[in-house]
Amino acid sequence: MIRPEGALIRYTTVTRINHWITAACFVLLVLSGLSMFHPLFFFLSALFGGGQWTRAVHPWIGIVLVASYAGLVAQFWRENFWTTDDTAWLRKFDRVLVNQEEGVPEAGRFNAGQKFVFWAMALLIPALLLTGLVIWEVYFSAVTPLVAQRIALLLHSLLAITAIAVWIVHVYAGIWVRGSLRAMTQGYVTPGWAWRHHRKWLRGLASREPAPRPEGMP
Amino acid sequence: MAGLQSQDYIRRSASTLTPPSIRNHEAEVAKLIDVSRCIGCKACQSACMEWNDLRGEVGHFEGSYDNPLDLDPSTWTLMRFTEWENDKGDLEWLIRKDGCMHCEDPGCLKACPAPGAIVQYANGIVDFNSDACIGCGYCVKGCPFDIPRINPVDHKSYKCTLCSDRVAVGLEPACVKACPTGAIMFGSKSDMTAWAGERVAELKSRGFADAGLYDPAGVGGTHVMYVLQHADRPSIYAGLPDSPQISPFIQGWKGVLKPVALAGLALAAIAGFLHSMIAGPNEVQAEDEAKGRRLLGEGDEAP
Repeated sequence: MIRPEGALIRYTTVTRINHWITAACFVLLVLSGLSMFHPLFFFLSALFGGGQWTRAVHPWIGIVLVASYAGLVAQFWRENFWTTDDTAWLRKFDRVLVNQEEGVPEAGRFNAGQKFVFWAMALLIPALLLTGLVIWEVYFSAVTPLVAQRIALLLHSLLAITAIAVWIVHVYAGIWVRGSLRAMTQGYVTPGWAWRHHRKWLRGLASREPAPRPEGMP
Repeated sequence: MAGLQSQDYIRRSASTLTPPSIRNHEAEVAKLIDVSRCIGCKACQSACMEWNDLRGEVGHFEGSYDNPLDLDPSTWTLMRFTEWENDKGDLEWLIRKDGCMHCEDPGCLKACPAPGAIVQYANGIVDFNSDACIGCGYCVKGCPFDIPRINPVDHKSYKCTLCSDRVAVGLEPACVKACPTGAIMFGSKSDMTAWAGERVAELKSRGFADAGLYDPAGVGGTHVMYVLQHADRPSIYAGLPDSPQISPFIQGWKGVLKPVALAGLALAAIAGFLHSMIAGPNEVQAEDEAKGRRLLGEGDEAP
């Protein structure tokens, strides 16, 4: 991977692969799930080989996503604890929204918005798994009462819509804050990016002993 | 009925457009099952198997006349036997022919995500079109009567068709033809309702004060109706629902959530677009780079 002089490692290779497996699963789940949610989207089932294939493959993709997201949780949970700084950051969100981050409390490796996405998904994905198992016709229809299946159908849809909304926020933030996408594709950010968006994280890198060598990254 | 054009759909699952419906000058039909005249011979069950070429796996005797014990993909109608003690302490043998009720407002069709997998014809019959069925089991959850069954082999949902293939060519359903006591009648819904009235009057004259017609309003009425000796207590007939209706969870899911969810997601995407146009991207400036590098440089020089 070619990186410019002074580049700071933001996500390791393992993290990036893990993230994009999760992302691919999520997109496939949204496409297959929406096709079974609203008739306007039934045509999407053709992407999976038709309705029967969509119905059959959707839960398995979900299983892969759960395993994959568990990997992200294992890597990120420590840096996502909510602090009073995050609350203060959120209070200044109007400044963040208009790209004026001076005066906004400095963010660590993750800001409050990223922590929100992280924890929202950390709650939504297990809940989607549980409700999804109840309505997994092939394996679990015989072991759950009908009323539980009806409730699970409604909940699974509600949770999925919420997760898609969170995902829209996540994707848009990645487009909005330029340089973020490259952090997840090529793994690095520039010192300026870290200064602008995650200054506390940058200070941590700067003060670490022995200091990270921003110049001449391998 | 794939391959034949019926052009008389009044409902079609997972469809946002009006289905072909021009040939709608049809009387609504109904099957009337008079429980008080049923002798439990199971001729209807046999006729159903014969006409529809259904042969379930031979099971085991389970200590009940119910055979098999439950509906399954190859058992579309089933005699359910109940030994019920009435208020005088006498035994009554209640025998109910279970199967699809062909609801006027079908929960299966409402829940179905596959376009055209469940249709309702102008005569009221609710039919499953297996070519389009995806095997998700949503119809099972939508049904207030717990009727559809998914075949684990081909992942298709099956239930009574009300012999839509026979009715389409002017024949009565196979079970009706086979019934030796006239307990199962078939005709226009108005005729069947009138006939049920006569039957109910006779039952009342014989002391069944609560006799009545089971045509539950909660699902808009049904195209399979029962004459019950005890219409005030349908559930004593092997769990026939007292007041069936499509589950509020299914109603909420298919009624409110669908449009609200799509609108919500569209709004989120539009909000992103507008933010992008108004506030624009958050780009790192040259001074940020300078300050960032200076901070790292100072970090390096720190003792």
